[in-house]
Amino acid sequence: MLKTTIIGGSGYTGGELLRLLLFHPEIEIVQVTSRRKLGEYVYQTHPNLRGLTKLKFTAPDDLHPVDILFLALPHGAAQKRIAEYAAAAKIIVDLSADFRLKDAAAYEKWYGKPHAAPDWLGKFTYGLAELHRAELQSAQYISGVGCNATAVNLALLPLLQADLLDTARPVIAEVKVGSSEGGAEPNPGAHHAERSHIARTYAAYGHRHTAEVIQESGLADVTLTMTSVDMVRGALATVHGWVRPGVALKDLWKAYRAAAAANPFLRVVKERRGVYRVPEPKILAGSNYADLGFDLDPESGHVVSICAIDNLMKGAAGSAVQALNLALGFEETLGLEFPGLHPI
Amino acid sequence: MSQPVVTCPECAAEIELAPDTEQNEIIICPDCGVDLEVVSLDPPAVELAPMEDEDWGE
Repeated sequence: MLKTTIIGGSGYTGGELLRLLLFHPEIEIVQVTSRRKLGEYVYQTHPNLRGLTKLKFTAPDDLHPVDILFLALPHGAAQKRIAEYAAAAKIIVDLSADFRLKDAAAYEKWYGKPHAAPDWLGKFTYGLAELHRAELQSAQYISGVGCNATAVNLALLPLLQADLLDTARPVIAEVKVGSSEGGAEPNPGAHHAERSHIARTYAAYGHRHTAEVIQESGLADVTLTMTSVDMVRGALATVHGWVRPGVALKDLWKAYRAAAAANPFLRVVKERRGVYRVPEPKILAGSNYADLGFDLDPESGHVVSICAIDNLMKGAAGSAVQALNLALGFEETLGLEFPGLHPI
Repeated sequence: MSQPVVTCPECAAEIELAPDTEQNEIIICPDCGVDLEVVSLDPPAVELAPMEDEDWGE
């Protein structure tokens, strides 16, 4: 069994990592740190884990040597201590935004301050298996993924891989997100009276995850518009673009079918019967699947590509474990087989 | 002997016909879910069958 520590395990992504890794057949969690919850049982913060572990939160300054370090810290924290973390474990998986971008100037542009460890940016592999499977198989340092960026990048993947998109025209992604994207720390906007029943466009443009979409897709003209909706888990990206002249619906079918065949967690959802005819995050809660849908206006060439994920899973902890599985030479799906619930 | 294969006119999926498929039988495309009528067995051929619009609750 490989030994792992989760640094910063009291947040939502930390809780998801615990849930996944406690059932991973090749990984043993030996330490979970939290300064704020020091000495408390982890189940007292993550109640779904009651009876499954006797782990308590320990101090982040007292790290035991392990094989793998998961960093689930607030953005900006990991980059300040990355050299110290690298001395404590051979493999690092950082779920924050600190090492997602390759370019220090892009980091400063989108995050508003210089990166504290720019030399480390090139050492990390972006942890989305669907885009970096081969590189992840030899990765030592893996960055997590932005949940909204992942929904958009996966919606774009079939179109870009099959070269169906007119990349000279703009791409606009409307992303609906649940409240867990805001993290476990409360803020005035998350107060129940203010957050419940909302449809709140909180970022019309300029969302930081746009940088990850630009980096990973290679598209220059892409906009993400973020809207909070009344769900806890989930992100739904509805991506608008234009296909190249002559592209027909059958070409889209072929491209999306090929993407699903090549990636164990991608599924095509484009049904003619039943209730769930298009991708919906609701039935993906707790699962690592990304459901893809699409449609095409044959007259204008306007294509709509849809991707639904669980933001805490495919958009965070699930993708991180999937990427780690690849780095360790395990089956990519190990510990991630849960298909979600219906009804929920 | 391999089973006869037809191509879905909606999504271009390759669909293997079951050995007991009958002419004029309605089958469902496993990829896109449309109803298809088997209009010929030799050669194997399908056409889109009319589908009733359902109330989707929206």
